[in-house]
Amino acid sequence: MLKISLANLDALFAAIAEKEALYIPTDKAGQAQYMRYENGMKMTDALNTVRSAKDFFFPQTENLVNFKVSGKTIEIIDPRTEHEDFVVFGVRACDVRSFSILDKVFLLSDPVDTYYENRRKHGTIVSMACTRPSETCFCGSFGIDAANPEGDAVCWKTEDSLYIQAVTEKGEALIEKIRPVLEETDDSAVEAQKAATREIMGKLPLAKFSTEKFGGEVLMKVFDSEKWASLSEACLGCGTCTFVCPTCQCYDIRDYDTGHGIQRFRCWDSCMYSDFTLMAHGNSRLTQKERFRQRFMHKLVYFPANNNGEYGCVGCGRCLSKCPISMNIVKVAKSLEGDL
Amino acid sequence: MQGMMLNRAKELLSDGTVNRVLGWQAGEFVYDITPAVFETEEELDAGFVYNGFCGNNLSKYLVKETLKDGKILVFLKPCDTYSFNQLLTEHRIDREKICAIGIPCDGKTSGEMLKAKGISGITGISEDADNFVVDTIYGQTTVAKADALEERCKTCKSKKHVAYDELLGEDGEILDSHRFDMVAKLEAMTPDERFAFWREQLSKCIRCNACRNVCPACTCEQCVFDNPKSGIAQKAAADSFEENMFHIIRAFHVAGRCTDCGECSRVCPQNIPLHLLNRKFIKDINELYGDYQAGAEVGTRAPLTNYTQEDVEPSIVYHREGK
Repeated sequence: MLKISLANLDALFAAIAEKEALYIPTDKAGQAQYMRYENGMKMTDALNTVRSAKDFFFPQTENLVNFKVSGKTIEIIDPRTEHEDFVVFGVRACDVRSFSILDKVFLLSDPVDTYYENRRKHGTIVSMACTRPSETCFCGSFGIDAANPEGDAVCWKTEDSLYIQAVTEKGEALIEKIRPVLEETDDSAVEAQKAATREIMGKLPLAKFSTEKFGGEVLMKVFDSEKWASLSEACLGCGTCTFVCPTCQCYDIRDYDTGHGIQRFRCWDSCMYSDFTLMAHGNSRLTQKERFRQRFMHKLVYFPANNNGEYGCVGCGRCLSKCPISMNIVKVAKSLEGDL
Repeated sequence: MQGMMLNRAKELLSDGTVNRVLGWQAGEFVYDITPAVFETEEELDAGFVYNGFCGNNLSKYLVKETLKDGKILVFLKPCDTYSFNQLLTEHRIDREKICAIGIPCDGKTSGEMLKAKGISGITGISEDADNFVVDTIYGQTTVAKADALEERCKTCKSKKHVAYDELLGEDGEILDSHRFDMVAKLEAMTPDERFAFWREQLSKCIRCNACRNVCPACTCEQCVFDNPKSGIAQKAAADSFEENMFHIIRAFHVAGRCTDCGECSRVCPQNIPLHLLNRKFIKDINELYGDYQAGAEVGTRAPLTNYTQEDVEPSIVYHREGK
């Protein structure tokens, strides 16, 4: 176990930033968000960022290819930029798990998404254990340990120090680079913090929340439930839940006419939107009830059916905090589970 | 108040005056309230709630609800009644199918407002006249209501109901709210400072459309930004110019119709103070065309859709030095 005094955190960040692009969660315009590190930037005390860390591997928009048209010639321009090494620092346990869920979508079957793949290859994840989880947290429901997150390297922040430990080769390579600013220590402080955090996790209001009744085997039962009508009744059809969600991965590909060419870009899509999966024949989901149902069917039924029982949720609680009408996966699952 | 509302709702359901009740439903943590339509007394008993967290303006749901059969009971806070009138003016809701009950409001807060005060791990909230007492797994905290109010409630424009069939509790007065103070501060900035302020705020936008979808003035059947044939349908802002223009276009579209209910800022997941764009328009309309409050009455012609010889000329923008 290695450590650095919190007073010297700037030195740690500077040491990483000297070698490669570093992103840390910081407070900007009143919100916690990941920003590229600059000298003197402070890490936020907020539990989590509003936008999840999925942005680093699956950004909200990215140009896939550009076409420049002049006369009868079309020039194809490669705008790809995802080849730079970078470090994301301070990712919470829930968000780290979301990467392995996204991997199953983008990497496990052909065709592999090379844009995503490149970013995953070039990104090093330094996670941060939680000490003060919120009532909206339920990562434990998915076997995630907030006190001991996954990641290439893991950090624990105490009153006065930051402890860091490598987990993967990438993590070891990173720590090798910053070794001079770190000092060797035992793991007693970290073990004490883990025990304290696990005790808090057990006291959270959603500590016993479980989605285990859901999965592919109850597909039609869940799909046909009469409760979807009332659950979706007040839904505004906005995309907040999907855009703050670390595991939502639907996207749209569009062409933007620049006047003298085309930018073909992809951007996040939302099943809550009226033109989601709009096809030439029209839309298969005609009302908000069907769109709303799709989101929860995907996370609680389709995803586990296709991925050995793993749910498409990490319990980060962002949708619980941010939905304008406070409707979310916990309320939906609790309402439906009685019928299963 | 919740008990009075519940009793009246049950009476109106059982005597057949209405067949549905539009209100607020309790959630998991006291603060996570969901708008809901109740059809039976049992449903009302199981979930109906009215407390300091019922901020949602229910008036826009009437667009959808009055297309259905039967009459619906709706509870309206003072600021919601302005939206209600504006929707009537624009012929978006059917007055014959609505029984509107005005209810008092002491200002609302939200889970997010409490959390912004560093409170976390909330397990229960109770309220007395002046305070919220918040129980958390980390201990108990008391927060003065005045400190925890949403910005729109700190600068509440009116405790007076401008529309209702029945009123529960006392009606209030139109207030001198200082709601344009922040707009005046923005106007006092240099153009560069103002641009920097809005760029910093609008760069947080994730184009979730929550501001648009919650807005009682945004009731187009299909928004231009959702129409694939419009040529400007987008699910993401391609660049910073689009990021700015989405919100500025939206503010223009609701100018003269926005009642300043503040729902746009309440729902923004990124806490962008979107209401300031709308308030800028309201302040300008007041200054250039005379005081006008959208939704204060039904059927008024808004200054921007009504020509008079006293209207300012477009050249006013030069005289105001771009403010």
